[in-house]
Amino acid sequence: MFLRTALLVLRKDFAIEVKSREILYTTLLFALSCVLVFSIAFVKEGEPLEDAAAGILWIAIEFAGTLALGRTFERERYGETLRALLLAPAPRAAIYVGKMLGIVVLLAVCELLLVPLVALLFRSRLFEEPVLLLALLLTGTVGFAVVGSLFAAMLVRARTRDVMLPILLYPMTVPLMIGGVRGTVALTQTPVDQPSAIMWIVLLLCMDAVFLVLALWTFEPLMTE
Amino acid sequence: MRKAFFPLLLVTSAMFAYAPVVIAHADYESTMGLVQKVMYFHAPSGMVMLISAVVCGVASALYLWKKDPAADRVAIAAAELAALFGLIVLVTGPLWARKAWGVWWVWEARLTMSFVGWLITVGYLFVRKYGGPGSDKLAAGLAVFGTANVPFIYVSVNIWRTMHPMTTVVPTLQPGMRGAFWFSALTLFMLYGLLLAARVHLERQRTALDQLYLAEED
Repeated sequence: MFLRTALLVLRKDFAIEVKSREILYTTLLFALSCVLVFSIAFVKEGEPLEDAAAGILWIAIEFAGTLALGRTFERERYGETLRALLLAPAPRAAIYVGKMLGIVVLLAVCELLLVPLVALLFRSRLFEEPVLLLALLLTGTVGFAVVGSLFAAMLVRARTRDVMLPILLYPMTVPLMIGGVRGTVALTQTPVDQPSAIMWIVLLLCMDAVFLVLALWTFEPLMTE
Repeated sequence: MRKAFFPLLLVTSAMFAYAPVVIAHADYESTMGLVQKVMYFHAPSGMVMLISAVVCGVASALYLWKKDPAADRVAIAAAELAALFGLIVLVTGPLWARKAWGVWWVWEARLTMSFVGWLITVGYLFVRKYGGPGSDKLAAGLAVFGTANVPFIYVSVNIWRTMHPMTTVVPTLQPGMRGAFWFSALTLFMLYGLLLAARVHLERQRTALDQLYLAEED
C-alpha cells in the first residue's frame, strides 16, 4: 500500500512532466548556466583550477535541485491539488516518498548531462572509478532530495517560500555537499584516493538514512493544517 | 523562578561588575598577549550557544510531537539567545584570531561549524518571522533537523585540518587561568538562564495578549 501510493504519486508527476517537460528543461538550462558562471571564476588563463570541477559539479546540482524543488510544489499549489493529495486516504509519508523519488529521478537526468559536461569542460578525470562516482552521486542526490522535498513541502503555504527554501536548505545540506565535493575530489586525484571516497560514501549513506527516518517521522505532524 | 528572578539578577550583575577584575588578575599569556583575554568571553559564549541550540532542538521536538505550547515558547526563546550568543562568538573569534593566527578567518572545522550552526539558527528565526501561518511548526521541524544534523556537520568538517584549540584545552588550563575562566563561564550561564526566563515570560504574555485580542474580536 505504502509503496504503491508512493509509485502512484511518482507516476502522476511523471505523466505531467513528460507532457510539458517544463521543470526538466528549465532545471537543465539552469544547471548549464551555473557551469558557465563558475567557469568565469575558476578558470585561470584558460586552465581550470585544481579540484574546481568537483565543486562546480556539486554546486550546480544543488542550485538546480533547489530550483526544481520549488517548481514541483509550486505546480501542486497552483493547480490547487495539494489539499486533494493530502486528503487522499493514503499514508502521508507515502506521498512524501513519491515526491522525493521524483526529485531524485529529475536530478539523475540532469547529472547524466552535467557529469560528462563538467569532465569535458574542466578537463577533470571524473570517470576513473565510474562505480564509486555513481555511488557518490546517488547517495548525495538522495540525501539532498530527502531534505529538500520535506522543506519544500513544509514551505509550500509560506508566503516567502522562494527565498526561504535556499536559506534553510543550504546550511542544512552543508555536510552532504562537503561529502560530495570531497569524495569527488578524492576520485579525480592522481592516483585515485579510493579509501577516502569510500569513507565519504559511507558517511553520506548514514546521513541519507538519518534524514529519511526523520523526514518520514516529521512529515505527518508538519503537514497537518 | 519568578521569586528568584530579581535576587539572581542582582547576583549576576554583581558578578558581571567584578568579572573585569578577575580577568585582569588572571595569568598573562605571553605568546598571544593581552588579546588572549578574549577567551574569558569567547569560549563561555560558545558554550552558551551550544546549550541554547540543544534546548531549542529538544523543546521543538516536544512541541512537534506533544503539541505543548509551553515547549514552543522555550524553543523560540532559546533560538533567539543561540543566535545572539552565536553572533558574539563569531565577532570575538575573528578579533582573537587576527592577533593569534594573523588572519581574521580560516575555513577550518570549528569555525565552519559555528558559522553553519548560526546560519541554521537565524534560518529558524526567519521562518518564525516571515513564514506566515503555521510557521511555528515549520520552525520546529527545522530545529529538529538542525539538531540531528549537528553530528554530521561535526564529522564532515572535522576531517579538514583542525587549527582551533581542541575541547581538551579547557580542562588543562593553568590554575591561574582556570578560576577566572569558570567565573566568567558561570556568569554567562547565569545571564543565559535569566534571559531565557525573561524571554519565555515575554512570549507567554504575548500569546495571552493575542488570545485576548481574538476574544475581543469574537
